[in-house]
Amino acid sequence: MANSLAIGGPDAPRRARALPRPDARRLLPWVLPVTVVVGWQAAASFGLVSTRFMPAPLDVARTGWQSAQTGELWTNLAVSFLRALAGFLIGGGIGLSLGLINGLSRLSEALTDTTLQMVRNVPHLSLIPLVILWFGIDEGAKLFLVALGVFFPIYANTLHGIRSVDPQLIEMGRVYGMDRRTLFWRVVLPGALPSIFVGLRYGLGIMWLTLIVAETISATSGLGYMAMQAREFMLVDVVVLAILIYAGLGKVADSLTRLLERTCLAWNPAYRNV
Amino acid sequence: MTASALSFRETVGADRARVSLEPVRTAPRRGLAVTARRLVKAFDGGEPVIRGLDLHIPAGQFVAVVGRSGCGKSTLLRLVLGLEAPSEGRIALDGAGRADGATRRIMFQEPRLLPWARVVDNVAVGLGREGSRAARRERAASVLAEVGLAAKAGDWPATLSGGQRQRVALARALVSRPALLALDEPLGALDALTRIEMQAMIERIWQDQGFTAILVTHDVGEAVAMADRILVVEEGAVSLDVAVDVPRPRRRGDPDLAALEGRILDRLLAAQA
Repeated sequence: MANSLAIGGPDAPRRARALPRPDARRLLPWVLPVTVVVGWQAAASFGLVSTRFMPAPLDVARTGWQSAQTGELWTNLAVSFLRALAGFLIGGGIGLSLGLINGLSRLSEALTDTTLQMVRNVPHLSLIPLVILWFGIDEGAKLFLVALGVFFPIYANTLHGIRSVDPQLIEMGRVYGMDRRTLFWRVVLPGALPSIFVGLRYGLGIMWLTLIVAETISATSGLGYMAMQAREFMLVDVVVLAILIYAGLGKVADSLTRLLERTCLAWNPAYRNV
Repeated sequence: MTASALSFRETVGADRARVSLEPVRTAPRRGLAVTARRLVKAFDGGEPVIRGLDLHIPAGQFVAVVGRSGCGKSTLLRLVLGLEAPSEGRIALDGAGRADGATRRIMFQEPRLLPWARVVDNVAVGLGREGSRAARRERAASVLAEVGLAAKAGDWPATLSGGQRQRVALARALVSRPALLALDEPLGALDALTRIEMQAMIERIWQDQGFTAILVTHDVGEAVAMADRILVVEEGAVSLDVAVDVPRPRRRGDPDLAALEGRILDRLLAAQA
């Protein structure tokens, strides 16, 4: 507090200087995965692991390359991606809207929240037999499951975010003459945003999980189908390839969310990248 | 503004207090005069918090309201601001300005800045939706300069110190050029030195602008240092009304101020016994 003595005085230095050798620091997180892959390749090459059960990384890469060349990989990838996206938009959209409505209206919350909390306790994957009966193994089944899975984390976190907006700020907004609309856009929504992002990240995780399970069990295209089909022919490298692609997609989704968080929540010291 | 029968005279501890109806200052007046008559406020049918309070504050006066916790001083402030409606009696505002929302502003104990808005946009909150966004920002920036924070206009509130945040809150309250400024223990959470600076800053701006200022505080020393007049509120009514006839600028440790502070503290402590 002592530096606030000098009113209008020169600003204190903003933050400590970046650590030396930023390049080296950026490489650090990749040391472990690279070591694992190299070790895995070595173990396969020296015959320590049977490639029947665990193909060497190079074989997987070769399979990926071939499958990319034939276009089969891209078709399956696109199908899975579109399913994920559509299900996410439907479930996330409904979750966000209901979360906002229930956060703002006590009446709506009283009407729907208890029901939603009860439904939430049903593991959505347990509905697969029922969903297959309803939708067959059409796109509808996958969309329904993904949307249902994504809905709850986004709904619950949006509701929680709105409820936990600082009431003192809301009072300030009212006293300073904000109408309901302005109050929502300038105080309530930005205040709920960090929590909504938490819901978004959970939702993305559940989105992939649901899709993989749904595609593995009932599909005629997509990455999960590709993996299941490969299993029947003992094509272990394709199975591993599918798993790795899932991991990669998850990582991409997570990175996009992080980027979004950093732009939208730049005001929050917790999200500022130092 | 006659507001005859200025009934607060009756409640004054007349034996000891020097009552002055004239504002001490000579600056051009653009404040609101506040008159409350037989004001009663009870919440949800409970015990009244304000019980038949009478009060007149001339335009442009700097009034400090002191009292123990729960004596009703914050409720009084909310009634003056129009945030609560009186249960009985009435409260009238009278003055050069219009009596709409923008002419009355409050500074809270906490800064209550929007963490997701830049400092300058936080100040612009005080302007509501009048004029263009650019014009609002320009106005906000000029008021920021007045509180010595021009350089921080583009920063996030999270990067400011406690005293700086409270200065931004002050700028937000002042940017609409209010005719009445309510200060609800705004300096309570600051350290001693920052607090003295803020007191001087508020006093200077008040002298420049001539608004009516109502300062609610626990700190009797702060009250005697800043105010033209001190109201002691006990059990929902004004129990003591003292003018502070010490010329400005006031020096810290002035014996007259110290004596006055002692008297008011005695009064507050005696009420407890």
